[in-house]
Amino acid sequence: MTDPNSSVSHLELEESKKTFLDANELVINMGPQHPATHGVLRVILRLDGEKVMGLECVIGYLHRGVEKIAEHRTYTMFNPYVDRMDYVAAVSNGLGYCEAVEKLLNIEAPPRANYIRVILTELNRLASHQLWLGTHALDIGAMTPLFYTFRDREEILKIFEKYCGARLTTHAFRIGGCQYETYEGFEKDVKKFLTFVAPKIDEYEELLTTNRIWVERTKKVGTISAKDCIALGVTGPVLRASGVKWDLRKAQPYAAYKQFDFEIPTGQHGDTYDRYLVRMAEMRQSLRIIQQAVDAIPEGPIMAKVSKVMKPPVGEIYHSIEAPKGELGYFIVSDGSTQPYRIRVRPPSFVNLQALDLMCRGQLVADVIAVIGTLDIVLGEVDR
Amino acid sequence: MPGFITNYLDKNVHVTPGQYGSPFWALVYILLVFGGVSLAVVCMNWLERKILAHMQVRLGPMRVGPHGLLQPIADALKLILKEDIVPEGADSFVFLLAPLIILVAGFSVYCVIPFGPTHAITDMNIGILFMLGVSSLGVLGIVMAGWASNSHYPLIGALRSSAQMVSYEVAMGLAVISAVLMTSLNPAGTGTLSMIGIVQAQYAQNTWFIFKFFPLGFIAFFIFAVAMVAETNRAPFDLPEAESELTAGFHTEYSGLRWSLFMLGEYAAMISVSSIAITLWLGGWMRPFPNLLQGPTWDLAFSLFPALTFFGLAAMTFYSTMRMPKHPYFRIQTIGLGAFGGVFVLIALILLIPRVRDGVQDVYWFVAKIAVFLYLYIWYRGTFPRYRFDQLMRVGWKVLLPLGIGVLMATGIMGLRTEIWDFVHRLVHI
Repeated sequence: MTDPNSSVSHLELEESKKTFLDANELVINMGPQHPATHGVLRVILRLDGEKVMGLECVIGYLHRGVEKIAEHRTYTMFNPYVDRMDYVAAVSNGLGYCEAVEKLLNIEAPPRANYIRVILTELNRLASHQLWLGTHALDIGAMTPLFYTFRDREEILKIFEKYCGARLTTHAFRIGGCQYETYEGFEKDVKKFLTFVAPKIDEYEELLTTNRIWVERTKKVGTISAKDCIALGVTGPVLRASGVKWDLRKAQPYAAYKQFDFEIPTGQHGDTYDRYLVRMAEMRQSLRIIQQAVDAIPEGPIMAKVSKVMKPPVGEIYHSIEAPKGELGYFIVSDGSTQPYRIRVRPPSFVNLQALDLMCRGQLVADVIAVIGTLDIVLGEVDR
Repeated sequence: MPGFITNYLDKNVHVTPGQYGSPFWALVYILLVFGGVSLAVVCMNWLERKILAHMQVRLGPMRVGPHGLLQPIADALKLILKEDIVPEGADSFVFLLAPLIILVAGFSVYCVIPFGPTHAITDMNIGILFMLGVSSLGVLGIVMAGWASNSHYPLIGALRSSAQMVSYEVAMGLAVISAVLMTSLNPAGTGTLSMIGIVQAQYAQNTWFIFKFFPLGFIAFFIFAVAMVAETNRAPFDLPEAESELTAGFHTEYSGLRWSLFMLGEYAAMISVSSIAITLWLGGWMRPFPNLLQGPTWDLAFSLFPALTFFGLAAMTFYSTMRMPKHPYFRIQTIGLGAFGGVFVLIALILLIPRVRDGVQDVYWFVAKIAVFLYLYIWYRGTFPRYRFDQLMRVGWKVLLPLGIGVLMATGIMGLRTEIWDFVHRLVHI
């Protein structure tokens, strides 16, 4: 991937500075079938011994043309497709899309629907972070956290399954609210889950946070400054770990987030360890939000009045939400028909992946793995 | 050992063959040790998967046989039946030779390991030197495997591995020397490199060397304990085979039986380095407190341990048998598990026969100590992330090596403290 600030790619620039001393470079192809590239990411590494001199990402192995598909579907029909982008945080994807279309139609979901949306989205954020933690730790060599996180993530998926019948690609929301009323005992389940999972998060931390090897493997690895983050458009926990207090849930509150009291955890150094701490803190904040939402969930309808055939007025809209991985935005152009003229998704994984080259340069091969893990990419979202 | 081999060795090297000083018994012990180690590797395979699984809130192998007991056998069969692939472009001769070298190096070490005062294939007077020398030959096999595969990932894995093993051998050697130094501090005053001699020196000095000059012995043991994990390429030093980075390191291109030879060599090396640690610091085959708790009563009490261990295993097995599902589908498995328990009871009963009971004493304590080490290996794997290459090198060269030199010097000073004191005394009085 090229540096957006210069017209020459990194690799070409390096090539011109080459002397005969740097002749022994090894070009290694990592992926698309590799255990630690989180799917089908292909990274071409240029190595000097173990040191990474530069790398290039090759993406597109999971491209399904989701944005193009949207142009041939009605607004309602496209809704399930967005779940297939970031499949570990499908609920967030659905929320972003539904809210964008609602904005376009100029309708608003009723309060009860918004509360259900917040609860499910935050549960999904927790599940996404748990999956990230497990795989990230596995990449660095700690096997055990993976099984712990998957055990606890299972409980979240069970709640999803009870709510809408699906575990992963939930299709939980509809344009204008939620299709389903919460099931009998939903609040009890969520509350039970909250008391169940809080000590489990301490358990993960016990295995890793003060572990000497973990700290050595993550501190000062893949450091990125706040300036570079902003220049590259990096968002989410990666941006916050660099010290920028930017969270769309606070900055441009959507759904019912205005009503809840929570903090935005930030880091200072922008290294892998800080990103780990930020995400761990975010899990706890999510629990706080869910607790408040479950306690104060209002009664009332769950769907706004939406006509069966949706024909939004001619115009365009950009709406973004804070997905677990960063800013997830939908840009929708409507030509007044039942089908969108164009949908462009701003996926956080894709944009964050641009920082990979910057973060890995000069580090070792093992750090590339750690950095891919800490960026928390999902290739379904990168390639769409 | 036959004369034509000893002739090649230094004339000062003395080799005493097996228990009764005859090549015949040496041969018997070779077969016993080879079979025993192979069996131990099979058991270790199952135990590692089970223990690791239980640490990670899962069950591990459960399908092949009751509680997956037949899984190692099924795996071995599968590996034997698999195609033996030699990749195109590989140097086939070196490629096929590499696993054999690792295996031979891993198993040759057992020549000098004493499982008891008389239970050893040989007792060389340079035992520990022989052991360090032969066990480091394994790195040759790894480099050959990585180079001959003609592929990038194995090459990087082999480079990492050779660098790692060479650097940790230095610290390991220093720790070993400090233990050898301690052998010369018994009343008889003669140091020895013989493995049996080292254990006997611990008996003569009334202490395991881990407690000698506390904490010096302990630090030396600690250095060795860290270095031996690195030597055997196990977590958290398993960089050469770092799955998430290098897919499988130096044995990426191997398949089938040849791959299993690598695994066999690795596990054999794990057991052999544990035996070195036990021989040097933990009193080898000796039972706990052989000097303090003497007398016929204590002898009898300790000699019951092997039988008790097997009764314990049998009890665990019968408990699991009772907990098996009652569905007819599980009937054969339940019977099998019960049979396992029966075999354990039988072994325990045999171990109660006085002759057998006293005969297996030394071997039992040795094996029990090895088992603790192997459990530690599994435990490390369950809890630690992996070191990065530069950090690994830093730990080896900047932490363990200076520490080893320091311990060696301190041990020497402690050993000569009366002489040094006399010298200082004389200086003052001149």
